[in-house]
Amino acid sequence: MKNMLRIKAAALALAAAGGLAWAADALAQAKEIFVPVLVYRTGPYAPNGVPWADGFVDYLKLVNERDGGINGVKIAYEECETGYATDRGVECYERLKSKKPVAFSPLSTGITYALTEKAPGDHIVLITAGYGRADSVDGSVFRWNFPMMGTYWDGADILVQHVKTKGPIKGKKIALVYHDSPYGKEPIPVLEALAKKEGFKLMLLPVTHPGVEQKATWLQIRQQRPDYVFLWGWGVMNSTAIKEAIAVAYPRLQMYGVWWSGAEPDVLPAEQAARGYNALALAHSAENDKPIHKDMMKYLYDKGKGTAADKKEVGQVLYNRGMLSAILTVESIRTAMKHYGKGVMTGDQVRWGAEHLAIDANRIKQLGVDGMMVPFHTSCADHGGAH
Amino acid sequence: MIYRETGQFKTTYASDQQLFPILQDRVFVIGFLVFAFVGVPFLASDYLFRAILTPFLILSLAALGLNILVGYCGQLSLGTGGFMAVGAYAAYNIAIRVPDLNLLVVFVLAGLCSTVVGALFGIPSLRIKGFYLAVTTLAAQFFLDWAFARVGWLTNYSSSGSVAAPPLVIFGKAIQGPVEKYLFVLAIVCVFALLAKNLTRGAIGRSWMATRDMDVAAEVIGIRPLYAKLTAFAVSSFYVGLAGALWGFIYLGAWEPLAFDVNRSFELLFMVIIGGLGSILGSFLGAAFIVILPIVLNRRPSALGMPLSTATVSELELMVFGGLIVFFLIAEPRGLARLWAIGKEKLRLWPFPH
Amino acid sequence: MTIAFFALLAAAAVSPMVLGMAQFPQWLEIVIGGLMSGVLYSLVALGLVLIFKASGVFNFAQGAMVLFAALTLVRLAEKMPLVVALAVVLLVMVALAWLVERLVLRPLVNQEGIVLFMATLGVAYFLNGLGQFVWGADVFTLDVGMPKEPKIILDKVFEGGILVSTEDLIASLIAGLLVAALAVFFQKTSTGRALRAVADDHQAAQSIGIPLNRIWVIVWSVAGLVALVAGVVWGSKLGVQFSLQLIALKALPVVILGGFTSIPGAIVGGLLIGLGEKLSEVYLGPMFGGGIENWFAYVLALVFLLFRPEGLFGEKHIDRV
Repeated sequence: MKNMLRIKAAALALAAAGGLAWAADALAQAKEIFVPVLVYRTGPYAPNGVPWADGFVDYLKLVNERDGGINGVKIAYEECETGYATDRGVECYERLKSKKPVAFSPLSTGITYALTEKAPGDHIVLITAGYGRADSVDGSVFRWNFPMMGTYWDGADILVQHVKTKGPIKGKKIALVYHDSPYGKEPIPVLEALAKKEGFKLMLLPVTHPGVEQKATWLQIRQQRPDYVFLWGWGVMNSTAIKEAIAVAYPRLQMYGVWWSGAEPDVLPAEQAARGYNALALAHSAENDKPIHKDMMKYLYDKGKGTAADKKEVGQVLYNRGMLSAILTVESIRTAMKHYGKGVMTGDQVRWGAEHLAIDANRIKQLGVDGMMVPFHTSCADHGGAH
Repeated sequence: MIYRETGQFKTTYASDQQLFPILQDRVFVIGFLVFAFVGVPFLASDYLFRAILTPFLILSLAALGLNILVGYCGQLSLGTGGFMAVGAYAAYNIAIRVPDLNLLVVFVLAGLCSTVVGALFGIPSLRIKGFYLAVTTLAAQFFLDWAFARVGWLTNYSSSGSVAAPPLVIFGKAIQGPVEKYLFVLAIVCVFALLAKNLTRGAIGRSWMATRDMDVAAEVIGIRPLYAKLTAFAVSSFYVGLAGALWGFIYLGAWEPLAFDVNRSFELLFMVIIGGLGSILGSFLGAAFIVILPIVLNRRPSALGMPLSTATVSELELMVFGGLIVFFLIAEPRGLARLWAIGKEKLRLWPFPH
Repeated sequence: MTIAFFALLAAAAVSPMVLGMAQFPQWLEIVIGGLMSGVLYSLVALGLVLIFKASGVFNFAQGAMVLFAALTLVRLAEKMPLVVALAVVLLVMVALAWLVERLVLRPLVNQEGIVLFMATLGVAYFLNGLGQFVWGADVFTLDVGMPKEPKIILDKVFEGGILVSTEDLIASLIAGLLVAALAVFFQKTSTGRALRAVADDHQAAQSIGIPLNRIWVIVWSVAGLVALVAGVVWGSKLGVQFSLQLIALKALPVVILGGFTSIPGAIVGGLLIGLGEKLSEVYLGPMFGGGIENWFAYVLALVFLLFRPEGLFGEKHIDRV
């Protein structure tokens, strides 16, 4: 009994000591630009979250290693695990905020919604490349959100336009199989409007998080036989959807995914059977032969400094997307520096940079991402960027 | 030596029945509250307020609610997250539909909405017991999750399903800064913790405990199980719903149903069990433990100078978390509150144990 | 009351048949699909019931065990033949059972049910962390040679035929075999009899010389085996990744519908839940905006419990003061 008590006391003391000590490591270096990275490397969405995070971090590392930082100012970064959960994302945000970050990339539409409320008060830029709130392109209302590289409203519109090229769409039936979260619901208003305008019938089929249970959804599809299925999934939901589509013999050629539904973890589990399935690409796909990938190898992986556990991950779809997100962040900081002078930037200055971002073909070539990005420029009113 | 009640005589019933019969306890509690209200705002950093103190207080309130149900009335519930969601969405709907209502009134009304829903889902407890009941409360959890995702009216037809809390204004004063939020939550939590303490000491609390200890026997001695169980569900849901409203409005700011999913229910259950079943103090200790532990685990390695990858840290976090839960259950199944009580017993005799 | 409930359920299930012949093939497809997912739920529920029967522990970690077994298998199968890997995983699960008994159950003996339940929640967290820590959080493909393409049967009888997923069919067969094997084990072997004795009454079993601790190791090992089978079946269907452990949540309404202590209950409950879930989602779902299958199973179980609080086959509980 006495021993037991001693163990308990020891455990308590340990817990208390841990609690006291954590406060000590709060102060960071002052001469660096701090870029926080919200990631999810565990949980149901980890297979997709990991390559994105690796790409993002690798690019920041590359800038430090190859160029010695942005104009000589090193980038400091810190990862924070959100598990794709909004409240943990908020906790991360609050924690990392004290280090004077300039730009957040939440990698979750849900977290973006929560941070949209907080960022203006804290003067922190939210760069949401290829996700986030579609309505936040309006820079006069959402002054701190930058949904660059395309929003979900664009995505829904592109899909419908693409389907239109395959034949008249009037009277056709389109099913939207979507992740039941702010992310999956984002395209619905546009699709509903288009359905009215173009005269097709829209079927909404929500899939509950995390999306492993879709049998009934696909039985409904088999029953209703829609002409096209749009897949708006994330994580395991995508591969499950493809497998269930096979199980009900729905033609994969008539399935179209948004850009988050077309990466390696989504199609690989279904292997051969996924053949024919289409997904939107976000101006880039899986490619690892660009100058930037060679640099990654040269400066990071050959020296054993790469983030990804396996070299082969470099150049995967989501890796590239994470990398491009980081590029946009770095370019925003660089643009800000051009205007405000070289040094550590504040959130306000980076916001200016993000609003005056002009990435032309030349710059894309310099960045070594030729063919992975289309030239675009942002403005105060248009935070999404015009092509 | 310091903590010894020798010489404190009770001469009236009132003094014998007061909340903290021992002088030292009174001094300590009052001192602690004064420190929390006056001292902490000067000492703590922004981060401490935003990421630790505020969520800790709100979750304590929710754990307190759950403890009333599980610890005092013995009805196991896994639907707490759902009831928190009811509070949060009710507060949202009331606040946007009746714009000029005082925020405190909004929160109380939100708690009342949750009360109604909680009592409704408590009805099966009259027939179903134990784990069967625990699992059926999951029905409430999943149903409520679904309802908030799917019923447009509840989210004011927000296209994304995510809702944002309106600005927090109370008596014409905006609650914006971390310190103000902290004080606001602290005041609410203090009031309701006091209320809970007194409820559990009173007739109704004793009828809950009798039901918990043996419901058939309780019925025989004249306690109506219908009344006892449903009031426990109602009061518990009120607390949980109020906490949900605070969580949404003050901590998150904007949220979607996933913020209140089944993991939240489990987390709250952890708090109650680790803190101590049937103890008001335990709810606070448990909440503190669960809120602080992941943050400590997250920061510990880098502070000790051994950087680990984020993935490793969060996997270790899961493992340590699971391991600690098992450890605590083995070492002290009655929770941290029991450790506290043992400590007090020891302190009474200290430094001369014989 | 029970009969009325079943009549209602049957009426709901049969109603589309009456609606017209044109709907019939589709209805049949849904029924088959529902029954087959039901079998898979039963597989997980079986593990829960086994442990609850023998030790009174409501094992929330069953889902985590499924994930852990599947992850271990899929990573080992990269390095060795599948059969060897299966054997190794089985050993790992037995070791796990032994560890759980030693480190978790034994120190907690005679604690209340809720404490034991919490402990298994802790075990679940630990296993989730450990599995991802050791084997990685990626999504892995487990190929045990199950055919993926569906078959169309009865295409002469109905227009378009009826679609049956061969994968599900094989999974159901495996589950059936497993149940049969377990039944033999429980009825015919002395260990099985000892397990049943423990399930009936811990103290009585102990007093006639049945070692409780060893029985617990055995029953957790058997649950580990069931988890492995479930992991193989689900893993080859969905890919082995974190979400596999969430199927434990699917098994919960099954066990409460079937009764915590009944193996046939787990099977029948699973079938009923699978059927109810799919039918409700397809026929009622569109009315409510979809996505109802997640809570429908629970509500179904809840409503049923209101009439029969011990579940379908559960032991009648008598309260004494």
